[in-house]
Amino acid sequence: MRAGATFDRLALAAGFAFLYGPILLVVLYSFNESRLVTVWAGFSTRWYGELWRNAQLMEAARVSLVAALASATLATALGTLAALALTRPGGAVRGLLAAMIYAPLVLPEVILGLAFLLLFVALGIERGLLTIILAHATFTMCFVTVIVKTRLARLDRSLEEAAIDLGATPGRALLKVTLPLAAPAIMAGFLLAFTLSLDDFVIASFASGPGATTLPMRIYSQVRLGVTPEVNAISTLLLAAVGLALLAAAALGAGLGAPARNEGRG
Amino acid sequence: MSAPSDRSLARRLALAVPTLWMAALFLTPFALVAKVSLSTPALSQPPYAPVFALAEGAAAALDKFGELGVAAYRALLDDDLYLASYLGSLRLAAIATALTLLVAYPLALAIARAPRRRRAGLLMLAIAPFWTSFLIRVYAWIMLIKDEGLINHALMASGLVAEPLRIFATDAAVVIGVVYSYLPFMVMPLYAALEGQDAALREAAADLGAPPLRVFWRVTAPLSLPGVLAGSLLVFIPAVGEFVIPDLLGGSDTLMIGRTLWAEFFSNRDWPAAAAVAIVMLAMLAPMLVLYERLQMREAGR
Repeated sequence: MRAGATFDRLALAAGFAFLYGPILLVVLYSFNESRLVTVWAGFSTRWYGELWRNAQLMEAARVSLVAALASATLATALGTLAALALTRPGGAVRGLLAAMIYAPLVLPEVILGLAFLLLFVALGIERGLLTIILAHATFTMCFVTVIVKTRLARLDRSLEEAAIDLGATPGRALLKVTLPLAAPAIMAGFLLAFTLSLDDFVIASFASGPGATTLPMRIYSQVRLGVTPEVNAISTLLLAAVGLALLAAAALGAGLGAPARNEGRG
Repeated sequence: MSAPSDRSLARRLALAVPTLWMAALFLTPFALVAKVSLSTPALSQPPYAPVFALAEGAAAALDKFGELGVAAYRALLDDDLYLASYLGSLRLAAIATALTLLVAYPLALAIARAPRRRRAGLLMLAIAPFWTSFLIRVYAWIMLIKDEGLINHALMASGLVAEPLRIFATDAAVVIGVVYSYLPFMVMPLYAALEGQDAALREAAADLGAPPLRVFWRVTAPLSLPGVLAGSLLVFIPAVGEFVIPDLLGGSDTLMIGRTLWAEFFSNRDWPAAAAVAIVMLAMLAPMLVLYERLQMREAGR
C-alpha cells in the first residue's frame, strides 16, 4: 500500500495546513509594525501596548473572565452530576435529561440566545453579568456532561462495586472511587466550558444588557469595522490562553476528543 | 431501581439537580419563544404585548387564548424575504456540509490509518481548533480573502491576476467560513467510524482480489456511513442557523435565516417576528434534531 501511505501523508499535510495556516497568519501579523495587514513592515509589539491602554477592551476582558470562571464552575458541577446520572441506564427522567443535554450541542446559537433572553425578560431579571453566567452555564454544561460521561463509561464499574462490597456507602464509594478516577475528564470539561464561555458572542449578545459587554462583543464590533492589528494582537493573546489550557488538559491525560460525540466504545 | 446504589441520595440528587436546571433554563424558554411568537409587537419594554401572564389566573388566561395572534406567522408567509432566507440557509448549509465532508474524509482516514501510537495526538491536533475562538477563526478569513487581503495581495504580486478576486462578501466566502469552522465536528465522528473498523474485513477483500480503490468503495466507505451521517448533522444543523459567518464574511445580499432573526430582534425590535422565525426554524430542523438525538442515545446505550 505505498500509494496509500503517500496519500495519507498528503492528506495530513493539506488538512493541517488548512486548519492552522489562517490562525498562524493572525498571530504573525499581530507583530507587524504597519497598520496595513498586507504590508510587512518589520517586527513590533506596539499593538500589544495599544491593547493595554484600551480601557474599554480591558473592562470587557474582565467581564469575560469573571463570566467564564463562574459559568464554567457551575457548568462543571451540573455537568458532572448529569454525567453520573446518565451512566445508569433507563428511566423516563433520564431520557428527558439526555434529550435536553444533547440538543444544545447542535442547536443554532441564535435560537438558544433568543430563548434565554425571553426567559430572563419573563422572570424580570435585569440583564447583565448574572444572566450571561446563567446562559453560559446552561449551554456549556452539556459539553461537560458529554466529556465526563465518556470517561465514566470507560471506567471499570467493578471498582465502585468492590468499594461497596467492602462496606463503603454508595455515596462514599462515589466520592472516594468514582470521582477521583473521573477527575481528569472533569478538569477537561471545566477547561472546555471556560473557553466556550470566553469565546461566545451570539448567546452573550442576547443574554447581556447595557451593563455588561464581553470581550467577543467588543472584538465583534471592531471586526465589523475592518481588519486591524489590535484585533490580531488580542486574538493572539486569546489563542495563547487556549493553547495553554489545551496543554494543561493534555498533561492531565484527559480525553479531549468528542466534545460533541461520544466516542467511547467501552 | 434495582441496584442499591441507585436509591442513594447522592444518585437521586445527581439526576434531579441537572434535570431541574435544564428544565428551568432550557425547556421553559422554548415555551416562552412559542408564546411570544403568538403575541403582537408593541412599542413598550419589553416590546411585545403579553399574551397571558400567570398572575392573572387561569380564567384570564383562557380568555386571552381567543386573542392569540398568528400575525407574526402570516407575515412570514407574506414577505418573500423570509422564504428566501430559509431557502438560502438550507442551500448554503447543504453545500458547505458536502464540502466539509469532502475535506474532512481524507484527513480522518489518514488519522485512522496512522500508527496506533500517533493517532491520539493527530486527532487532538485536528480537534484543537474547535477550542480556539470561533470569532478569531472567521476573522482570519477576512484577513485572507478581502479584496486587499493576503490572498489577493499574493496573487496580484505574482502577476497571476490583474484584478483582485472577489471572494469576500459573497456566498462563496460564507461556504469557506462554514467548512473551516465546522471541520473538527466532521472529523471526529468520521474518525470514530473509520478507526473502529475491523481491518480483517479489508484484508479479506484484498485477499479475494479486490484492488485498493474497490476495497475502499465496497468496504471502508459503506462501513463509515454512520460517521458520515453523524458528522453531516453536526455541521448542517448549526450551519443553517449560523449568524456570525454570513454577517462577517457574506455580502449584504447573503440571505440566511440566523441573520434575519438577528435583524428582526436587534434592528427592528420586532420580538414576535424574531420568535416566529425561531419557531419555524426549529420545526424545520426538528426531524434532523430527532435523528441526531437518536444516534447519540444509541451510542450512549452501548
